Amino acid sequence: MLALDKKDTTLFLIVLAAVIFAPFLLNPFPEGSELAQFNAGYPDLLQRFLIFGIFAIGFNILFGLTGYLSFGHAAFLGVGSYAGVWMMKLLTMNVVPAILMSIVFAGLFSLLVGYISLRRSGIYFSILTLAFAQMSFALAYSVLTPITNGETGLQLALDDPRVLGVSQVNGSIPPTNLFGLPMRESFELTMGGWVFTFNAGYYLCAVFMMVAFYLAIRIFRSPFGMMLRAVKSNQQRMNYTGLNSRPYTLAAFVISGMYAGLAGGLMVAMDPLAGAERMQWTASGEVVLMTILGGAGTLIGPVLGAGFIKYFENIFSKINDNILHQWFAFLPDGLEDALVFVIHPFIGKGWHLTLGIMFMLIVIFLPGGIVEGFRRLAQIGRRGTGGGKKSADAVPAPAE
Amino acid sequence: MSGLKNINRRTLLKSTAAVGAGLAMPTIFTSSASASYLNEPTGSTVTLGFNVPQTGPYADEGADELRAYELAVEHLNGGGDGGMMNTFSSKALKGNGILGKKIEYVTGDTQTKSDAARASAKSMIEKDGAIMITGGSSSGVAVAVQALCQEAGIIFMAGLTHSNDTTGKDKKANGFRHFFNSYMSGAALAPVLAANYGKDRKAYHLTADYNWGYTTEQAVRESTEGLGWETVETVKTPLASTDFSAYITPVLQSDADVLVLNHYGGNMVNSLTNAVQFGLRDKQVNGKNFEIIVPLYSRLMAKGAGENVKGIYGSTNWHWTLQDDGSKAFVKSFGEKYGFPPSQAAQTTYVQTLLYADACERAGSFNPCAVVEALEGDSSLPGVSSPSNKGYLFDGLGNGPTLYRAADHQCFKDVLVVKGKENPSSEFDLLEIVEITPVAQVWYEPDNPQFAGGALGTCNPGA
Repeated sequence: MLALDKKDTTLFLIVLAAVIFAPFLLNPFPEGSELAQFNAGYPDLLQRFLIFGIFAIGFNILFGLTGYLSFGHAAFLGVGSYAGVWMMKLLTMNVVPAILMSIVFAGLFSLLVGYISLRRSGIYFSILTLAFAQMSFALAYSVLTPITNGETGLQLALDDPRVLGVSQVNGSIPPTNLFGLPMRESFELTMGGWVFTFNAGYYLCAVFMMVAFYLAIRIFRSPFGMMLRAVKSNQQRMNYTGLNSRPYTLAAFVISGMYAGLAGGLMVAMDPLAGAERMQWTASGEVVLMTILGGAGTLIGPVLGAGFIKYFENIFSKINDNILHQWFAFLPDGLEDALVFVIHPFIGKGWHLTLGIMFMLIVIFLPGGIVEGFRRLAQIGRRGTGGGKKSADAVPAPAE
Repeated sequence: MSGLKNINRRTLLKSTAAVGAGLAMPTIFTSSASASYLNEPTGSTVTLGFNVPQTGPYADEGADELRAYELAVEHLNGGGDGGMMNTFSSKALKGNGILGKKIEYVTGDTQTKSDAARASAKSMIEKDGAIMITGGSSSGVAVAVQALCQEAGIIFMAGLTHSNDTTGKDKKANGFRHFFNSYMSGAALAPVLAANYGKDRKAYHLTADYNWGYTTEQAVRESTEGLGWETVETVKTPLASTDFSAYITPVLQSDADVLVLNHYGGNMVNSLTNAVQFGLRDKQVNGKNFEIIVPLYSRLMAKGAGENVKGIYGSTNWHWTLQDDGSKAFVKSFGEKYGFPPSQAAQTTYVQTLLYADACERAGSFNPCAVVEALEGDSSLPGVSSPSNKGYLFDGLGNGPTLYRAADHQCFKDVLVVKGKENPSSEFDLLEIVEITPVAQVWYEPDNPQFAGGALGTCNPGA
C-alpha cells in the first residue's frame, strides 16, 4: 500500500490506528478513580505527544541516518513558532498559513545554519549547532524583543491587524481555527465512568503527524536514505570515491529543520504563544533524549521516546503529597507517612529524577531504546510459542 | 431516471449514513457548549489549580507560595484557626469551602518557563477541571498564563509578578493582580531616596535584560529624575549571568554616585555581592558616599545576599513584621503550621485565594464573568480623587485598605520601603520597614505611559 512494503505498511497502519484511537487508549482509568491521575488522554498532552513526535521524527532523519548529532534543533522549532504567531498576528487566525510559513522559515534558517555547520563533522558539528541555537535563544530572549517579545513570549493581542481575518470578536481574540473549525473545539464522550475527549486540534496534528511519518518511511527506504546511511558508516571513504556528500547531508539537515518548523507551527496552532525557552539548549537536548530513549535510527522509536518524556513531564510533575496520602490512606498512619516520605523525592518537582533513572535504566539495559525492548519482548513471545524453531531469529538485531 | 435506477440497498445505506453523519456533525462540535461556563463544578467539590515554580531559579518562592495556598485551602474549608478570614473586611466566607463546595486543589510546576507553565495550566483546565488558576513567580510566566486563562475562559489570580505589563499592556479581563508593580516601587522609593541621599545624585543602572528589568528601570529612572537625579548610564545584563564583575568595573570609572540594581532573585544576590566586594560602598564620589539601591526586595533574596544587604534600600509588597491585625493573624497561623514566617510571595498568594473565594461567595456563582463583576465592585479608595478610583475595596488582609481597580484589575495599597537591617535579631529578621508609603502617592491613572497599550477585553466564561 502507498508504495510501502508489507512490513512498513503494517507499521504505518498500527501507528495510524494508535493515533486515531489514542483518546481511548490513553484514558484507561475511569474518571474519579484514584488511578485517573495517570490518564493522559486530555487534548493538550495528546497534541504534545504528536507534535514532539514530529519533531523527533525529523531529528531522527538527520541523527539516525547520517549520525550528525545536532544540539541545536530547538532553534528551528522556535523560529517556526515565531513565524507562525506572526502569521496569526498579521494575516489570519486560520492555522494553514501559520503552519506553512513555519515550515518555510525553519527551512530557510536551517539552510543557513546547515551550510555553515556542516563544514565540520562529529563533535565540532554538534558544538557549532549548539552555538547557533544558543545565539538564537539569546537573540529571542533580549536583543530581538521587538520581534519576539523577549522573556514573556510572543502573544496575540486584541489590536493585531489580522488583515484577512478579524482583530477581535466581542472583545476576545478569535480562537485559532481551520477554516472556521476552532482548534480547541472538543467533543466529550461519556461511557460509564469514562470520559473520552476528542479534540479538533489533536486530529489536525494527527493528519500532519501521519504525513510526516509516511515521508520519513519513504526517506528511510529511498536511495537518498541509503546515501545518508553511507555517510554515517564512513563519510571519508565516500569522499575518496569522488562523491561529494555535503549536498546529501545538507538536504537531510534542511528536511529535519523543516520537520522542526512544522512542529513549531503546530504548537502555536494549538496554543498561540511562542516563548524563547523553546530555543534553549535544554529543549535541543530534550529531542536528543527522546530519539535515543525511543531508539535512534528506527522509524517509530523517536515517537515513542517523545511520548515517554512528555508523559513524565506532564503527569509525574503533577502528583503531590496530598495525592500520595489519598492513595495510601488505607495503610496505618505510620506506614503511610513512611511510604509518602520514600516516594516524595520522585514525584512533583522530582519528576526529573524519575525520568533520569528511567533514562539510565533504558540506556544501560536496552541500548537500542524502547524499540529494542519491544523487539526483545516479541522474541520472547515467538520463542514461547514457536519453540525456537528458527535460531536465526533469536540473534538480537543490532541497535543502530 | 437512470440515476434512480442505480439506487440499490447498499448505496441507499451508504448515503443515509453520510447524511446522518453530516447532521450529527454540528451537535458533536457544539456539545461542549451545553454548560453555561467552562468547568462548572457540579459535584460537592470545586478544584483550584496552583501553578507555581517548583524547579528553576524561583523554586524557593514557589515552595512558599504552595505553602500559603495549602493554608488558604485549609482555612477556607473550615480548618485551622481561620487566619486572615477573621480579619477580612468582607464577611461572605463561611469556612465551608466556596459556595458550600469543599475546595480541592491540583498543583503543577511552571519551571519558570512560559511554555511549561502553559502546558501545566492547560492540563489543570482540561484534565482536572480547575475553575481558577493561580500562581507564578515571574512576570513572563504570569503574562503567558493570564493570556491562556483569558482564551480558555477561566479566572487567573496572579501570584508574584512585579512587571508593569501584567496589568499594563498585557492586562486581561479574566486576570487579577494583588501584588504591587514597578511603577509603585519607583514612586514609593524615590522620595525616601531623595530625603536620605539628597536631590543631586547621579545614578547608574544595571538592569536584568528582560521585560521586568525594563519596566523597573523605567519606573525608577522616571521617579528619581522627577526629583532631580541624573541618570548617567543604563546597562543591560544577561539574565543568566552569575558574575557581574565585568559590569561593576565601568561603574567605578563613571562619575555616578548611586548604583541601582534592577535585578531579582539569584541575579540580585550575585550582583549585590559583586558590588560590595568591589568596595563600592566605601567609595566617595563627588564628595558623597556611594550608595546601592535594589528596587524590589524579598526576604528570601536578603537571606541569600547575607551581610551585604545591610543598609540598602528597596521596596516590598508586604513584610511579616507588620503589626496590623491581618498580618499578625496570617503570620501566626503560617508560623504555627510551618515553623517560620511567610514571605511576601506567600502573603500575596494567600490573599489572592481568599479574594477569589470571597468574590465567588458574593457573586453566588463560579461563573468567571460573575466573579469578574464581583471583583470589579463599585466602591472607591478614600483619599484619592480620580475618575478611575473605582473597584472593589477591602481591608484586613495585611496591606491596609486596598482597592482592586476595575479599570485594569490591579490592586492599589500602601507600599513598603525597606532597608537591610544592621543588627538582625534572627535569620528571618533581615529587613526593617523605613516607611509605609501611602497609596495616594503610588496611584497612577490607567493610561499612564508606562502602562499604555493593551486592553482588558471582555470576560470570557469559556462556553
